[in-house]
Amino acid sequence: MSTLTGCIQGLGLLGPGLADWSAARAVFNEETPYLALRTVLPAPGVLPPAERRRAGRVIKIALAIGAEAVARAAADARTLPTVFTSSGGDGDNCHEICLTLASRDRLISPTRFHNSVHNAASGYWTIAHGCTAGSTSLCAGDASFAAGLLEALAQLACGAPAVLLLAYDADYPQPLRAKRPIPDAFGAALLLTAPDPAVALPRLQLGWSSAPAAIMANAELESLRRSIPAARSLPVLERLAQRRGGTVVLDYLDGARLAVEVFA
Amino acid sequence: MTPLQLTHFTATSCLGSGLAATLAALEQARGGLSPCNFETVELKTYIGEVAGMDAVALPQRLQRFDCRNNRLAQLGLIQDGFDAAVRSAALRFGPERIGVYLGTSTSGILSTEIAYRHLDPGTGALPADFDYAGSHNSFSVADFVARVFELAGPAVAVCTACSSSAKVFAAAQRMIAADQIDAAIVGGVDSLCLTTLYGFHSLQLTSPEPCRPFDLARDGLSIGEAAAFALLERAPARLDPEAIVLLGAGESSDAYHMSSPRPDGAGARSAMEAALAAGGLAPGDVDYINLHGTGTPSNDQAESRAVTALFGNTTACSSTKGATGHTLGAAGALEAVICALALRYGLMPGGLNRRQRDPQLELNYVTENRRGPLRRVLSNSFGFGGANCALLFARAA
Repeated sequence: MSTLTGCIQGLGLLGPGLADWSAARAVFNEETPYLALRTVLPAPGVLPPAERRRAGRVIKIALAIGAEAVARAAADARTLPTVFTSSGGDGDNCHEICLTLASRDRLISPTRFHNSVHNAASGYWTIAHGCTAGSTSLCAGDASFAAGLLEALAQLACGAPAVLLLAYDADYPQPLRAKRPIPDAFGAALLLTAPDPAVALPRLQLGWSSAPAAIMANAELESLRRSIPAARSLPVLERLAQRRGGTVVLDYLDGARLAVEVFA
Repeated sequence: MTPLQLTHFTATSCLGSGLAATLAALEQARGGLSPCNFETVELKTYIGEVAGMDAVALPQRLQRFDCRNNRLAQLGLIQDGFDAAVRSAALRFGPERIGVYLGTSTSGILSTEIAYRHLDPGTGALPADFDYAGSHNSFSVADFVARVFELAGPAVAVCTACSSSAKVFAAAQRMIAADQIDAAIVGGVDSLCLTTLYGFHSLQLTSPEPCRPFDLARDGLSIGEAAAFALLERAPARLDPEAIVLLGAGESSDAYHMSSPRPDGAGARSAMEAALAAGGLAPGDVDYINLHGTGTPSNDQAESRAVTALFGNTTACSSTKGATGHTLGAAGALEAVICALALRYGLMPGGLNRRQRDPQLELNYVTENRRGPLRRVLSNSFGFGGANCALLFARAA
């Protein structure tokens, strides 16, 4: 079996108490204490005003983490293939549609409808950046981060020079929240490039594992990892922040977990 | 790219359950659309509804997945011996070496729509028996199918709206090329629900009549539902002449609008170009194009521009959505199976319901069935958010 691998050229992160990758890096390196404050989602300034008003929480978080990863890598978003992965899409929008459809007047708004597609974030991203490269949008429930990482690294293995992976989730309002208790929004974006011996970058290499998933030493970060599917990425992100090599096992599906070897 | 063989395939739609019913309907130019009387929907439109879904039972151990979408998946899986073919592949390759790549747009959201009518009057809570992961979540159908066959390889739902189940072919192909798996169940399952019926209505994109792709007075789409599957494996060195192979897949983004295609068709064109490049073919090598052809004024106009820019106006094209309706997240896989039937039986299906040619649509649109050998065909799928995918299929000989 060949191995899937990719270098990290840029990172973006946004979550509870984690304003960006720099803030997360400081927390992972224990330079600042972790305070699990509610995620602050920036208005997506990259969108035209009409689209900006229509953008819900998942679109905001996806656009924010993607923009940070691209900026840190000084890459050109217009030509970057993208892999969006989310465990559930826009819960607020879904709730409003279901309320309307359960009412007497079932006329839902056209904007609500087109925002209901799982690939809405991809649509807004490609429009905002004029990106005409291929873009996919995945869902594997709690396994969505690992599924996205597999897809992104498979694209590199098949010849793509670079792929932007965006993994993100946002919370549902009640009553769906009781059935799917995601507490807040979290997202991580990785700009992955094909390994190049001439460039020294941290690298990930994937294998399969049946060992238990790695956990976070910090109890609050571990709670975050467990409660938001996109935060299943935290053990890998922590090693990248600490520039510490080694293998971490990530949650994927019941019968298959991913062993991610980090070459920092 | 390395060609992959569709060793088995099947489709269930309003044309019928399984390949024989699908082929018979295509041969007889018989559509499956009917006036909408789905659930409690009060809209003047036509739908492509699959018959007999109430009688479908999921395996006892997987009851938590019970919803219309997974029933449709179950009904589709048991046609044409597809389930037996998967079990045989799992024995040959091992359950961890088979991936599940399924497209859907709305998964089991019908269950949520109905549950919202039964919120607890005091607390506003959803009914106790509502199962989010088993029905509503987009992954539900891929999770369900992986569990039906007790597979342990990668499983994922691809959700790029109406190109979802075309993109699954590209995703699975990459995982096979990267040697992470030996075979994949690819396909699409999308079922009728209120969100899409009222949603497309809100965009004024549903026709009050059976949809008329490429007609001068086309006025919208008809929503359908379908389950279509293929088993993808590496093609052996020696293939039967009638073996069906995937030669290439091409993907692009419009970067234009959430719910309208780029009017110049540039995104659609680049997806088709990428599929041809992946297969090492020139436009003149393609015998037939199964169009996305939804029957909305803007789609058919943009797609016609894209096709004629690349192929000129000689390559024969049609949309089969006049027969099946637009099955949304299942359309890519359903039309891939129709392409496979076209290649196997030398049947180019004429597009139904077109009354009058639109002089602005310059492509070579075929309205009558044509018989004759077909070697290579292209299938187009374009989704909301500008997610485009084109697939190139061929007969081995």
